[in-house]
Amino acid sequence: MSSPDNTILFDRIAAATAKAISIAEITLPPDVLGRIMAASREETSPVARRELMHILENIRLAEERQAPICQDTGIPVIYLTLPPHIPYTPAITEAVHRGIMDATEQIPLRPNLVDPISRHNTGTNTGLDMPAVHILPGEKLLVTVLPKGAGSENVSRLKMFTPTEKDRIPEFVVETALLAGGRPCPPIILGVGIGGTFDGAAALAKEALLKPIDQMTPQEDEICSRVNDLGIGPMGLGGKITCLGVKIKTAGCHTASLPVAVNIQCWAARRATVEVSLS
Amino acid sequence: MINATESTPLDLKTPLGNEILSLHAGDLVTLSGSVYTARDEAHIRMKEDGIPFDPDGAVVYHCGPVVQNNRIVVAGPTTSARMNSLTGFILDAGVKGIIGKGGMSSVVREQLRGRAVYLAFTGGCANLAAARMDLEGVFYEDLGMAEAVWQIKLDHLPLVVAMDAHGGDLFAAVEQSAHEVFQRSYPTGTGTRR
Repeated sequence: MSSPDNTILFDRIAAATAKAISIAEITLPPDVLGRIMAASREETSPVARRELMHILENIRLAEERQAPICQDTGIPVIYLTLPPHIPYTPAITEAVHRGIMDATEQIPLRPNLVDPISRHNTGTNTGLDMPAVHILPGEKLLVTVLPKGAGSENVSRLKMFTPTEKDRIPEFVVETALLAGGRPCPPIILGVGIGGTFDGAAALAKEALLKPIDQMTPQEDEICSRVNDLGIGPMGLGGKITCLGVKIKTAGCHTASLPVAVNIQCWAARRATVEVSLS
Repeated sequence: MINATESTPLDLKTPLGNEILSLHAGDLVTLSGSVYTARDEAHIRMKEDGIPFDPDGAVVYHCGPVVQNNRIVVAGPTTSARMNSLTGFILDAGVKGIIGKGGMSSVVREQLRGRAVYLAFTGGCANLAAARMDLEGVFYEDLGMAEAVWQIKLDHLPLVVAMDAHGGDLFAAVEQSAHEVFQRSYPTGTGTRR
């Protein structure tokens, strides 16, 4: 857009946001689907096999019915990359929120956003300074959405370790999965944030969930194996596969601190990115 | 003698009767007939104002569906543990089945004894559920879409008996074993575990 008409730009951002949410809510990313299919081949108990069969059938039906994979359509976190010639203005966040409102009506999504104390529902999945829109610099204008349900969000944890306790990070991550048990809809994915500040560690853990899970570092793989050893299994009913993948994201931290956050993701790991055309 | 296997789950129908007393944790079943969705807010309202449907042999489904134009779009289970402290009174009133995900507390396990079962449905499988559902009615619509009580007719919803009427509890057995594995993996841990 050589002389950007801002109205057109904002409309495009809103449309791209709605489209990204629609893709994320209805279709699971191929890396996640691949891990669930692999899990279904590994399970041997009738109960665990049937749970994974239900999940795979549900994924197929969501596509066929063009309906959200899960009724907890979540609250999305939005990541927006802006190229240098598109300056950030509050209207950009407003455009994203408009896209969320449109998606809520069109798909439709369950209205999940409420006042934390009165529990009054805004009805639109927007309002009260939510959902969060993170602005990052980039080459292209990309809208990435990560809608996440409450079951897995509610059992996520954060701990401020002391610097000498770094060897206990894997134990903390495995323990988080143990305490969560069947509540976050296993098989789960674990996003781990190490470093940053108190708030930053949680943001890192969330961002780790944006990474594909078909590749893991030896450290991530080791934690994943230890979680699977717990035998919690699909839906906490027992089985070999509790965890589909672990992704770690790190950042620098204070010399006296070691923040660690674990954001648990259910099997319905919904994420999508849509590019906003600027031509 | 009930003998449910992977290929031939036992077919249950609402209202449930004493046939549920023969079920055991781990049995695979299907459920047909009317059920009622209820989450936190609906339980609180029912406790204060009375249950708006006939609770005798009824089944309560822990679910907040997406409903559009009087049609169930998607309707998977929600986390049952949130209703742990709100379940005794519906069992006292005659509810014989609870559908949900993630299991319930040891208190609920005792409350189920001799009279009701907890049936687990696969979390997130909101389309699988909706494809076997017809919307019949609604109570407490003012609580909002997720918290209202929706009367839904099921057609062979595939479930597993996770907590039976004899103290059997699949989730508790798995959790116990997971804690033992964890202790062996990290024997020196003093962390924050319960």
